[in-house]
Amino acid sequence: MLAYALKRLVILALSLAVASLVIFVVVEVAPGDPASFMLGINARPDTIAALRAELGLDLPVHERYLAWVTGMVQGDFGTSYTYRAPVAQMVAERVQVSLPLALYALLLSTLIAFPAGIFAAARRGKPGDVAVMGATQLGVAVPNFWFAMLLVLLFALKLRWFSAGGFPGWDDPLQGLKALTLPAVALALPQAAILARVMRSALIDILHEDFIRTARAKGLSRRQALWRHGVRNALIPVLTIIGLQFSFLLAGAIIIEQVFFLPGLGRLIFQAITQRDLIVVESVVMLLVFAVIVVTFLTDLAYAAVDPRLRGRR
Amino acid sequence: MIPSLVSKYLGEREGQRPSHLSDRTQSDSKPLLEIDALSLAIHDKPILKNLTLTIAPGEIVALTGESGSGKSMTALAAMGLLPQGAEITGALRLDGTDLCALSERRLCALRGREIGMIFQEPMTALNPVQRIGAQVAETILVHKAMPRGVANARAAEMLARVGLPPERVPPTRYPHELSGGQRQRVVIAMAIALRPKLLIADEPTTALDVTTQAQILDLLRDLVREEGMGLMMITHDLAVVSEMADRIAVMKSGEIVEQGETRRLFAEMRHPYTRQLFEASRHRADLPEPRPDGPLLRVAEVTRHYPGPRDGLFRPGQPHIAVNGVSLEVARGERVGLVGESGCGKSTLARAILGLEPVQAGEITLGGAPVYRHGKPDRAVRRRVQVVFQDPYGSFNPRHRVGRLIAEPFHLLDDPPRGPARDAAIAQALSDVGLKPEHAGQHIHAFSGGQRQRIAIARALIIRPELVIFDEAVSALDVRVRAQILDLIADLSRQYGLTYLFISHDLSVVRGITDRVLVMRGGEIVEAGETETVFDNPAHWYTKSLLAAAPSLPRPPGGGPEDDPEPDA
Repeated sequence: MLAYALKRLVILALSLAVASLVIFVVVEVAPGDPASFMLGINARPDTIAALRAELGLDLPVHERYLAWVTGMVQGDFGTSYTYRAPVAQMVAERVQVSLPLALYALLLSTLIAFPAGIFAAARRGKPGDVAVMGATQLGVAVPNFWFAMLLVLLFALKLRWFSAGGFPGWDDPLQGLKALTLPAVALALPQAAILARVMRSALIDILHEDFIRTARAKGLSRRQALWRHGVRNALIPVLTIIGLQFSFLLAGAIIIEQVFFLPGLGRLIFQAITQRDLIVVESVVMLLVFAVIVVTFLTDLAYAAVDPRLRGRR
Repeated sequence: MIPSLVSKYLGEREGQRPSHLSDRTQSDSKPLLEIDALSLAIHDKPILKNLTLTIAPGEIVALTGESGSGKSMTALAAMGLLPQGAEITGALRLDGTDLCALSERRLCALRGREIGMIFQEPMTALNPVQRIGAQVAETILVHKAMPRGVANARAAEMLARVGLPPERVPPTRYPHELSGGQRQRVVIAMAIALRPKLLIADEPTTALDVTTQAQILDLLRDLVREEGMGLMMITHDLAVVSEMADRIAVMKSGEIVEQGETRRLFAEMRHPYTRQLFEASRHRADLPEPRPDGPLLRVAEVTRHYPGPRDGLFRPGQPHIAVNGVSLEVARGERVGLVGESGCGKSTLARAILGLEPVQAGEITLGGAPVYRHGKPDRAVRRRVQVVFQDPYGSFNPRHRVGRLIAEPFHLLDDPPRGPARDAAIAQALSDVGLKPEHAGQHIHAFSGGQRQRIAIARALIIRPELVIFDEAVSALDVRVRAQILDLIADLSRQYGLTYLFISHDLSVVRGITDRVLVMRGGEIVEAGETETVFDNPAHWYTKSLLAAAPSLPRPPGGGPEDDPEPDA
């Protein structure tokens, strides 16, 4: 188990190194010089050159890469070209919204998907299964921003239970959580629909396995066999999807952030791209890659916790 | 202390055990299981027809017959585990209680406690994410027969009873850490944990090697005799049946066509189907005299190993040696058998000869030309060898028509026949294997297992290879079909003077279809020689143990030599 975890850790470090290089190269070769963009079309060449020198853009490529990476390792993500503020600080503010939102949505989606998927699998082909599968079909098909607007119309404008948007900060945790509830629901539902379908089909596959028949021969009822032998075995594909969904939720919430006026990572990166704020783009993308790789690492550990066959591997 | 606790919880059951088991086959003892005019239909398709059968305590009754004859369905009916849409008439009485009339709840209380079941496939019958001790204890706990601590002790005791003592195989192991035979022992421990009255074993040894099979059969026999259980044993293997069963019921298309006491049934064989099964089981194909004509295949000091699990991040682990310095020769026109148990390296060797598996050392040549040139298989040599695999269901692309499937080896030719010439070659290949040219237009799912194996042979022979490798080519087939395929191979040998390497774990099949045999163990060839000589006078201890472990058919009615004489009896 330890060897397995160590190997995943080495893979994690290697992935990060490769990712940082790729991100740096891609952003560097992308067209658009930040200095000329900041100064506008009519800027004089010598002004641009001066700004380039000030931003460190005239240094050789490898020096800039090294400076960027060592800075990141020390927590210094550089200074935004457009806002003239430390990137680390800007990102930290946004993460305070995006990370809780992603976790909140993931929690909701799991809480909905597990019972729904298990319920449907246990009643395969019966009305309950058909109803749940119909609902998930709808959940996958409905765009989440449209669903978000419906939520706003109903719960914010009509019932006035929640505010329609904005984020009050975490000074009062309850208020913060409340502000994130509608966006989290909007994000969670399509994810829950997908996860429920995966859970159902994984479980149905498992229920055809020989060891389920063995369990029944021991005297377990259908339900006992499903819970004691089915669910844990079905977790492997489900964990994969959960890992992927978390990565998506962290940065992919951009439309939902727009709908609810949330200052999240998605909006930050969108603005940075339109303003050629390369240092912000690089740093946020790197941070997201870091998050994805860490989530993958955790998913790998979760696999091993669920499936003893993986623990012996290195 | 703990054993006495265990016996306290089981005390009641112990008292019920018959004190004298010697009268187990007496017909007047009260039957444990009574199947009375049982018929079964699934979605209106009749599966079982008017079955009547009894099993007494301590008695072993075998259900035998070919696949699809309804053996397994009978077992599932007795367990109350029939698939949805099953309609049952007649009665299935266990100790006088009609199982068909019981509610699902009552059946759950019965399964595992009164009836235990053992399945065919030990590799998949256990939950891969649960420890074996916990899986055995679950049988006890689900019936609330003992408190958890006692149940765990009982589970450990049962594992020891089936030959998995805690010092060698602790109950904390997971199934993937066990061999197939050990897993089957765990399944047996689960089935007998509560000392059920009836044990149902559905092909319990079919997936196991012959030496493991012998051990598992011994274990089952001992358990039945000692615990006084009734055993319903389902198997297609008549030799196993004849060694195990007190009584036999022969099934065909959902009916019992003949049943009786084992010795008498084999002596009389009243029903023609029983006779057919028996004849097919001991069938020897009529091979033409071999006419060896110069060397064809030469395997010299071939070694193939796989990298083992790594010891550290950057340290490679101990390699697993699949084939270790093997040398052999096959002459043109010779039929050579390669026998050995699973994992002995016979399939790896076959794959290396086919050019599918690079070797680390040694050389393989066909007619003097090396199969590998610069580490890559040589196409010109490759087309001179073809193969027939075991699984007639998995070895065809289901989306292609038969004509295209059997014409596949034409890819290996520089100038393959086209148009009418191609169609003629396909038609010829199909009629060679006893099929019709019009079958070329059909899809593979329309064919039975035996027909598919004929198609596989047609595919192998269509480019007239110099060497054919049969890799367990008849192992998945029913005995009668197997006999037909063996006859077909003999016919083709007569017609085309085939040279082949026949790989099998089944000694009796190899005996009937080869001139020379090689015995493989642990990646090495331990014995080689004329087939009859090796089988009659094995020299190596391993060959002897293989032959001793293989169950044998009784003498056919009206005398004649026994099928497999005991070596060193």
